[in-house]
Amino acid sequence: MPTKIEKDSITGTDTTGHEWDGLKELNTPLPKWWLWTFYATIVWGIAFVIIYPSFPYWRGTSGWIAREAIVAEMAEVRAQQEPMLARLREATPAAIAADPELRAFAVAGGRVAFANNCAGCHGAGGQGAQGGYPALVDDDWIWGGSLEAIQHTIRHGIRSNESDEQRQSMMPRFGADGLLTPAQINDVTEHVLSLTNRATDAAAAGRGAEIFAEQCASCHGERGEGNREFGGPRLNDQVWLYGSSRDQIAAFIRNPRMGVMPSWQGRLDPAVINMLTVYVHALGGGE
Amino acid sequence: MASATATAALAPGQASRAQEVGYVEAPIRAFAVITAFWGVVGFLVGVVIALQLAYPLLNLDLEWTTFGRLRPLHTSAVIFAFGGNALLGTSLYVVQRTCRARLFGGDDAAWFLFWGYQFFIVMAALGYVLGITQGKEYAEPEWYVDLWLTFVWVVYLVVFGGTIVKREEPHIYVANWFYLAFIITIAMLHIGNNLHVPVSLGSSASYSVPAGVQSAMIQWWYGHNAVGFFLTAGFLGMMYYFIPKQAERPVYSYRLSIVHFWTLIFLYIWAGPHHLHYTALPDWAQVLGMVFSVVLWMPSWGGMINGLMTLSGAWDKLRTNPALRFSVTAVGFYGMSTFEGPVMSIRAVNGLSHYTDWTIGHVHSGAMGWVGFITFGALYYLFPVLWRKKGVWSEKLIAWHFWLATLGIVFYITAMWVSGIMQGLMWRAYDELGFLQYAFVETVEAMHPYYVIRALGGVLYLTGALIMCFNLWKTVTDSEAAEPAPAASPAIAAAAE
Repeated sequence: MPTKIEKDSITGTDTTGHEWDGLKELNTPLPKWWLWTFYATIVWGIAFVIIYPSFPYWRGTSGWIAREAIVAEMAEVRAQQEPMLARLREATPAAIAADPELRAFAVAGGRVAFANNCAGCHGAGGQGAQGGYPALVDDDWIWGGSLEAIQHTIRHGIRSNESDEQRQSMMPRFGADGLLTPAQINDVTEHVLSLTNRATDAAAAGRGAEIFAEQCASCHGERGEGNREFGGPRLNDQVWLYGSSRDQIAAFIRNPRMGVMPSWQGRLDPAVINMLTVYVHALGGGE
Repeated sequence: MASATATAALAPGQASRAQEVGYVEAPIRAFAVITAFWGVVGFLVGVVIALQLAYPLLNLDLEWTTFGRLRPLHTSAVIFAFGGNALLGTSLYVVQRTCRARLFGGDDAAWFLFWGYQFFIVMAALGYVLGITQGKEYAEPEWYVDLWLTFVWVVYLVVFGGTIVKREEPHIYVANWFYLAFIITIAMLHIGNNLHVPVSLGSSASYSVPAGVQSAMIQWWYGHNAVGFFLTAGFLGMMYYFIPKQAERPVYSYRLSIVHFWTLIFLYIWAGPHHLHYTALPDWAQVLGMVFSVVLWMPSWGGMINGLMTLSGAWDKLRTNPALRFSVTAVGFYGMSTFEGPVMSIRAVNGLSHYTDWTIGHVHSGAMGWVGFITFGALYYLFPVLWRKKGVWSEKLIAWHFWLATLGIVFYITAMWVSGIMQGLMWRAYDELGFLQYAFVETVEAMHPYYVIRALGGVLYLTGALIMCFNLWKTVTDSEAAEPAPAASPAIAAAAE
């Protein structure tokens, strides 16, 4: 098709004279504001490239290095906190709890540290969760709720295999390993239910009491009151880690499940562990 | 006169030209239908995963339906299945008409492209759901799928390029520059980012050749230019044909189209490192990526200016032509997201926005607003033309689609702006003692209401698309047939006046 330049009656601009499938193009000049803004960004870009590192081996005239900038910023925040952190590292949890200034700092820092490290299992407010995640807001402690006991648990973990001083307990697999017959497991389940007055078969519960005394009492206590030395959970209350129904208890006796808590010593600053200790103690169940 | 000679969407002249040259049309009809189909699939999966984020229960505890597997299904369905089929279909349509030449390779080549591309999509989607993935964003398909796509894509290049070579028009129309840039660059990106060595020929798994930060840099060179060349250049090609067609006006500025084409092509390819601010990527690469991203602002807007200003003298058509409303609003969203992009690429802004929902909102204003709307506009134009109908079955339903979808986008992006900026601010908030104010989980909790609003936006957008499908279906089955072509096309008649 030959070039045929026309004038567009609406804009008064010439076309380029080409046509494709009925489509034409006007030969409008580049909008001035567009062109000058484009130039301005180019000028800015060249200046920026000179000032900042922007090519291999070109470090820019400003001497700015991203890593140094963030390190400096972090150091500033650390420096601001350091006097308090140093005191927290040295103090015992009891001393921290007794000092209002340290305690306020520890609870504020402990809240954040808890939310970022502990809440995944223990819940955002320490309320725990079904399936083996103990609540920390009540007075039902497996390994003790004193400041010292809490600190020890946080430092060394539970069955963590990361520390020689870890909390360690292991319930035998009474069913899976054939230590008790199914009938015996049924009896001992009845007995455990009777500890919270929920037994339905008095005879079975009576037979179960004998098995319980022999097999379970050493860790869980004569009356199921628990034993913190061995980490045997209390059975005569309404707090159950893995469910309270007859089936759940029987299943647990057959094949127990045991949770793991990591050892935080070496992962967290000792000051942070102390803050967590004071924070968890203050959640409501501290002894 | 220019405006008089531009043919209306349904001018019978087109039919006559089609008969004259013998344009390939049946495979393009298939592309148009499958575009609408994959669009609905992609939007539906998007709604599902948006609801999963608000209500994690909807992961259903099945490995195949977890967010991690459905998310790439959504992104690939909308980008490659919906967007890709739209690009293939419209490019094959546009290149024939603007070159006044039958497609190189004819119907057979076009049908191969159609089925070959659908096979790629199905293979990729199966892989995602079954957990077969390279783990590279937007390049998740494993090596065997990559190889197949490479083959299909080379055929595409030959078919498209071959048609340009045998064109009857002296010049190459601007839409074809953009389509060609899209085809060539996507080939380069696809091969570059999928340099993988299979574990064995019998294994679906593979190792990436580059590792560490080099692999990350190549991934985002790919990822950003998937945006730049797939979702921008390709759809600009679509815009340069369908907006002047629907507006019946000449393109605003030929000079602007040249300058913004070459600057866009040159600058986009450097912008990838802005996806890796504050990472192990060397400072110089981060800074360079940011500079190119900011300079890219005006070249991107060149396309917006050319799209919008083409309507000068025809703005009233927005009242009477609801399909054009889609195309023009698309350009508005394009302008908005190509301004937001450079802003977000600035390191200081990125420090707040990166890894937050702001990014998700940004992507969706581009994807739903620009890519989606320009495609809807093209489909509403193409269906009556390809099926020789007088018009779309119901203009009222187009208007319903338009308002539902627009409202959906507004819900979506405002929710993500609020949620993303809030999230970024919460992450960096310190209390007076120097402790972080919020834990991560608290930011997640705070985002919940916005996730619900976002899902609602998605539902509206999906509803609009379903209305479109119904309307297009009725167009094919119930719309009045276009009048048979007169002997001389009106373009020639008008030129003779």
